[in-house]
Amino acid sequence: MTAAPEQIDVLDEAREQVLERGVGLSEAQVLKVLELPDDRIPELLALAHEVRERWCGPEVEVEGIVSLKTGGCPEDCHFCSQSGQFPSPVRSAWLDVPGLVRAARQTRETGATEFCIVAAVRGPDKRLLSQVRDGIKAIREDGNDIQIACSLGMLTQEQVDELVAMGVHRYNHNLETARSHFPNVVTTHSWEERWDTLKMIRDAGMEVCCGGIIGMGESLAQRAEFAVQLAELEPDEVPLNFLIPNPGTPYENYPVVEGAEALRTVGAFRLALPRTILRFAGGRELTFGDLGAKQGMLGGINAIIVGNYLTNLGRPAQQDLEMLEELSMPIKALSQTL
Amino acid sequence: MTYCSFCGKDDADGDHAFCRQRLSMIDPPRYCSECARRMVVQVTPDGWAARCSRHGEITSGR
Repeated sequence: MTAAPEQIDVLDEAREQVLERGVGLSEAQVLKVLELPDDRIPELLALAHEVRERWCGPEVEVEGIVSLKTGGCPEDCHFCSQSGQFPSPVRSAWLDVPGLVRAARQTRETGATEFCIVAAVRGPDKRLLSQVRDGIKAIREDGNDIQIACSLGMLTQEQVDELVAMGVHRYNHNLETARSHFPNVVTTHSWEERWDTLKMIRDAGMEVCCGGIIGMGESLAQRAEFAVQLAELEPDEVPLNFLIPNPGTPYENYPVVEGAEALRTVGAFRLALPRTILRFAGGRELTFGDLGAKQGMLGGINAIIVGNYLTNLGRPAQQDLEMLEELSMPIKALSQTL
Repeated sequence: MTYCSFCGKDDADGDHAFCRQRLSMIDPPRYCSECARRMVVQVTPDGWAARCSRHGEITSGR
């Protein structure tokens, strides 16, 4: 009778592979991390924090976002209260240029280095791109040197080139979930269409921001699949959202992701993406509360969105800035690159 | 009669504890409390403004 081969602990593997060599975990390894029992979460988060410090440094990147065009979107992303296809209470709204300038100023005053202009559209039309162009020009004329990112849906090559010419340095386009789960979440366009936009962004020299939402009915295996698909993309930033079940959307009755599960996800994504900016984004207030947010910051996160989101409210920016100070985490300065 | 700003139903009808929790944490008002019309809401990094076509605008500052 031969002895069973000794099981190698996934966190031991991660210590050698990710922390020492900077090589992200494989899909099978990420799944093992996502299946760790609750009593191993502190160990996971401590390792993820070490990985983040080793490969990204101690700074935290702070960002603010604003919705330039709200609601009335033709797409059917099932998590989104801005889709025109669902009976959501969110009505269409456009932010004018002075409003955009004020939002950018509010964001810069928090010490943030990133300001993301977002529109609920399939892709930008001439009117929207013109509004973005005028907005960026007015933000600069206001003396605001914050770095500007955009999230305007799927792009053509011509539109990518226009955004580069406007000085947009980073573009957000989330893959949202694993490729195998995407058709359950969105039916009006494909995961591959999103991937194509991301490739154009990268090829044009813009930074790529691409993440998704946890808690949309995906299995743990699909969550691991998603982490590794993101790693294959090599994005500069991954925003990690947790589902906010918004009224009128197909997911309005989905449960909020439980705190321990969310923390395991944060740790696992850090171990899959050791060198990427991993940002706390929407839903953390419901999922974590105050205590969990600190645990996440000490568990691999190195960027946050401060203030409000697009249609939902966040914690006051000051509260998050105080949390960073309490954790002795320096805010990234404008001249730095993580 | 007043209406719940989260779900738009009669404030006196049913339990609005969940609505109040959402409004206190992550949601701006979506329905006018005077007439239950859906409002046009603009969220900004440090506040929100909600406009009812009949009863005017309210903001997070007021």
